[in-house]
Amino acid sequence: MSVTIETPSRPRTRKQANWEKYGWLFMRVSGPLLIVLIFTHLVVNLVLGDGIKAIDFAFVAGKWADPFWQVWDLAMLWLALIHGTNGMRTIVNDYAGQVKVRRALTTTLWAVCALLILLGTLVIFTFDPCPAGASAELLASFCPAQ
Amino acid sequence: MAELSVPTIESFTVTLIVRRFDPENDTEPKWEDFDVEMYGTDRVLDALHKIKWEQDGSLTFRRSCAHGVCGSDAMRINGRNRLACKTLIKDLDISKPIYVEPIKGLPVEKDLIVDMTPFYKAYLEINPFLVATDKPNKERLQSPEDRARYDDTTKCILCAACTSSCPVFWTDGQYFGPAAIVNAHRFIFDSRDENAELRLDILNDKEGVWRCRTTFNCTEACPRGIEVTKAIAEVKQAILRGRA
Ligand code: HEM
Ligand code: SF4
Ligand code: FES
Repeated sequence: MSVTIETPSRPRTRKQANWEKYGWLFMRVSGPLLIVLIFTHLVVNLVLGDGIKAIDFAFVAGKWADPFWQVWDLAMLWLALIHGTNGMRTIVNDYAGQVKVRRALTTTLWAVCALLILLGTLVIFTFDPCPAGASAELLASFCPAQ
Repeated sequence: MAELSVPTIESFTVTLIVRRFDPENDTEPKWEDFDVEMYGTDRVLDALHKIKWEQDGSLTFRRSCAHGVCGSDAMRINGRNRLACKTLIKDLDISKPIYVEPIKGLPVEKDLIVDMTPFYKAYLEINPFLVATDKPNKERLQSPEDRARYDDTTKCILCAACTSSCPVFWTDGQYFGPAAIVNAHRFIFDSRDENAELRLDILNDKEGVWRCRTTFNCTEACPRGIEVTKAIAEVKQAILRGRA
């Protein structure tokens, strides 16, 4: 029933500068933005028009042909990843007691975050539904015959 | 002669299951149960007294005033932090045993007594005293409005119920904790004090106010009814503004 919590053994190491204030602010600014971004994304994709049945490769290709949705998805990608990673960092700070473990986990988190942001951004801006030189049987049906 | 009828006061038997630890003989804490005969006016503290005085003199706990003033007897009663001296037994569900444990997140010394040193250390770090450089010949005047800004946080009795109910304090032993922030609030928003900036800077620490996740456990735990989470939020806002 009861859990004994071990001695708080780590003395506070007071550092002058830290980013916690900005991290806290970012979570509160990105949160409401994410509500708008994510729910609009869900409604547009799943409810409006033909609803969920409309989603296929052509649907995605169509959205990313429009700079508006490119920027929309870019904002969603960056904000959700940085928000999620910073949230995970908070949880690591809660549970990882040893400085080395803390640092290793936090570094891994930001490395994964940076990689995903890089790949995602690349895809949003370089996505080509009908790449030139691809073999015909791999191309989507709406691509002009080559 | 008419018989004098002495009304009998109704009593009931309650079971207390107490978390016990004897540092000289135990390696692990263990639960021990006691049956005690109690009255409707009795509090958990009375039950503990009864056990100590009539059943097992080795039961160890702190108490001083026994009236909710000194803050000595914060403990975890049925899973919630309360003062034993302010918890009426009849207000608990006495059809089941009452669980009594030491507050969490501080090292247990014996039975219900924990080492409060880390708690007081955090309290001391925020400079819990008035800092004023003027040397007036009369008392320092303050308007009722200015006094009202920090009225709530003057009520703290440093019982540690809030800090030891905070999940961030449990897992991250370095967090200043709600009580230190409440007592910083007491001076930060006092118009007579000149050291608000220093205290705000201290609480802008990695382990300061930003660790608070608005769980509200502290507000719920406070036996003085202080709106602890609100006080922490006011300190956060003051840091963002850069002044009290
Ligand atoms: C839908 C809109 C969202 C809102 C309004 C929102 C809001 C917030 C806020 C305000 C916090 C800070 C909590 C605190 O410090 O007490 C937070 C934490 C967090 N968020 Fe979000 N968030 C949203 C979406 C997301 C998404 C999409 C993810 C994942 C990618 C995410 C992952 C996290 C994590 C892991 C935390 C840390 C949890 C913790 O502190 O224990 N959130 N969120
Ligand atoms: S704020 Fe309330 S719960 Fe916390 S130490 Fe003060 S009196 Fe106790
Ligand atoms: S004994 Fe003083 S507050 Fe309970």
